[in-house]
Amino acid sequence: MYTRKIIASGIIMMLGAPLSAFAGESADLQQIRDEIKALRQSYEARIQALEQRLQKTELAASAAGKRAAQAETTASQAAAAVPAAPPDNINAFNPGLSLILSGLYSNHSHDPSGYGITGFHLPADVMSDLQPQRGFSLAESELGIYASVDQLFFGGLNFAIHPDNTVSTEEAFIQTTGLSHGLTVKAGRFFSGIGYLNEQHAHTWDFVDAPLAYQAFLGGQMNNDGLQLRWLAPTDTYLEIGAEAGRGASYPGTGRDKNGAGASALFAHLGGDVGASHSWRAGLSLLTTSPQDRHWDDAGVTNSFSGNSKLWIADAVWKWAPNGNAYDTNFKLQGEYLRRVEDGSLVYDINSPVPGSYSATQSGWYLQGIYQFAPYWRAGLRTERLDPGSVDYGINNAVLSRPGYHPARQSLMVDYNPSEFSRIRLQFAQDKATEGVTDNQIFLQYQMSLGAHGAHKY
Amino acid sequence: MFNRLSKLLAAAVLLAAAAPASAALNILACEPEWGALAQELGGDKVSVYDATNAYQDPHHIQAKPSLLARARNADMVVCTGAQLEIGWLPILLQQSGNPKIQPGKPGYFEAARFVRMLEVPTRLDRADGDVHPGGNPHIQTDPRNIALVAAGMAKQLAQADPANAAWYQTRYQDFSGRWQLALARWEKEAAPLRGVAIVVQHKGFPYLEDWLGLKEVATLEPKPGVEPTSTHLAQVLEQLQRQPARLILRAAYNEGRPSEWLAGRAKIPVVVVPFTVGGSEQARDLFGLFDDTVQRLLAAAK
Repeated sequence: MYTRKIIASGIIMMLGAPLSAFAGESADLQQIRDEIKALRQSYEARIQALEQRLQKTELAASAAGKRAAQAETTASQAAAAVPAAPPDNINAFNPGLSLILSGLYSNHSHDPSGYGITGFHLPADVMSDLQPQRGFSLAESELGIYASVDQLFFGGLNFAIHPDNTVSTEEAFIQTTGLSHGLTVKAGRFFSGIGYLNEQHAHTWDFVDAPLAYQAFLGGQMNNDGLQLRWLAPTDTYLEIGAEAGRGASYPGTGRDKNGAGASALFAHLGGDVGASHSWRAGLSLLTTSPQDRHWDDAGVTNSFSGNSKLWIADAVWKWAPNGNAYDTNFKLQGEYLRRVEDGSLVYDINSPVPGSYSATQSGWYLQGIYQFAPYWRAGLRTERLDPGSVDYGINNAVLSRPGYHPARQSLMVDYNPSEFSRIRLQFAQDKATEGVTDNQIFLQYQMSLGAHGAHKY
Repeated sequence: MFNRLSKLLAAAVLLAAAAPASAALNILACEPEWGALAQELGGDKVSVYDATNAYQDPHHIQAKPSLLARARNADMVVCTGAQLEIGWLPILLQQSGNPKIQPGKPGYFEAARFVRMLEVPTRLDRADGDVHPGGNPHIQTDPRNIALVAAGMAKQLAQADPANAAWYQTRYQDFSGRWQLALARWEKEAAPLRGVAIVVQHKGFPYLEDWLGLKEVATLEPKPGVEPTSTHLAQVLEQLQRQPARLILRAAYNEGRPSEWLAGRAKIPVVVVPFTVGGSEQARDLFGLFDDTVQRLLAAAK
């Protein structure tokens, strides 16, 4: 009975101090308070005793833990000594697969059907690849398969799936990993090491499209069937020299069937760091091809060029990230200058041929800056311009036009990269590649990467 | 005359051939902790270059030209492995033209092979964030792992540089002795940390938690490698009201804002641990790394 009273009062007191104000100062209550105090003291003493016991147990436990950890150490040493048996299934040696999925929505203020780069002679098939499409389309999706072949070689294959349902082999190469002295040999089909952007897969580009200069002089991107030799100098400053010999079947070269090489390239790269926050690379390249009967259409007439083509590329890239930590914010400035010298013979109108000569020196450049202003978010600006230079058609100067027009384009992009594997990009561009046409473009693009985690080039 | 010239030439050739042998073993360390360990074990017989620093996120490194140049000249690369460097190391290896550092050779060292991996995922799906198939790669936060890796590295240094095998073994014995003493000291000092509930920014500390008995109750990143969102932070804050934690742990390279945001609201301190050598003023070497880590945790958990 009495205990119940205590409990009840205790509960009331615990429930709220304000209630005690109404309870008054009766002796009864005082007694209850004293008893509660006594109870609390006794409980506190017991809790303290318990705590001490707990502490002791914990100490013992931590000692046991330590012993366990030591045992673990020995165990894991033992585990390390005997590596886990590799999986026994038949596909254990399958190479790494990576899939790039990309889609595009394009909006053009001007019908792109008559698109061309004024003053630059691109073959019809190259032109049709570069021609923009309005509306929804599949952008270049890629399937890559890569692995070590053995202790000496590495190999890989990369298919590009084009919007028009065709598939092409972008890369199919083998490469040495076993040569010493900084030497690497690559054979097969590969992106030529010239310039900066050329060697990178389209899905790593910072804009939807290739720069105008790449389109005009390389048809977008140059791959070659052949052989590549690279040498890294034994210096702490990065110096790489490379040489290539190949078929040169793609623009600016042409398909050919003869012994020897149809395209050769030389390139040198220099690079390094400035402090922890800056890194850079600069390069100089020369691509030599000898196109035979390279056709192009001009005002309804098909003309043909045969001769020598020399393309010089100077490229530079500079990257900044605070302390080298590019995760939150970073900046990349990149530019390339391309200059092409061609000379040889030119046939005006292959249907009623008028042979003549051809010599031209043309150039172009782009400069772009990409700023990551927050994790996941980047913004970029690209400005570019082509110089028609000097073109001499010899006796055909009378019939072939030589416009003094400078094609140009300005692009602005923002992209969102929620992880290393996905990217959604919005790009605006004002394209003045064709004389007399200003095409305002809007692109919305996604690029996703599935499968093996590809390592990206600098 | 001719004789003299040929003698001179022979001497020059011999010198040139001998020069690399007498030079220090060139080591490219993917992360500073392994660079520091290689330095401890190799002394002046090795020359170490760290590919990254403590303020860089080891998941997001680029195969910079400077690193390619170093990879070309390296006699050995010492890395974490467990796919921590998958975004950049393969490029360095492929383009280095250096057979010594290819996987399988004595010049290729992966620390993760010598420790027991934690958080090995039972399912692999990128929807789960940046998970590593081999387990959590941040093994260097447990000094017991450092001891295991040291034993493995000493053996491999001896394989990569057999002429100095005895030297590495002696240095390892010496290091190991000092490390065991330090380990006992840290464990004694850190005893009060056992059972302390913590919040981490990135899932970078399972090995530290395992060692010190810290209890991770929440992660600021909603998924590994995914930037904390305000929704998720609010959830963590709510969770902390039910299940309080004593401190928020982040590495020196992590961006500070999410931790600060939560710290201000949950009224608990943020502890920035060096995470690797060079991550703080005190973390000049491996000993300093753990001295500082333990001290910072103790100061915050008081």
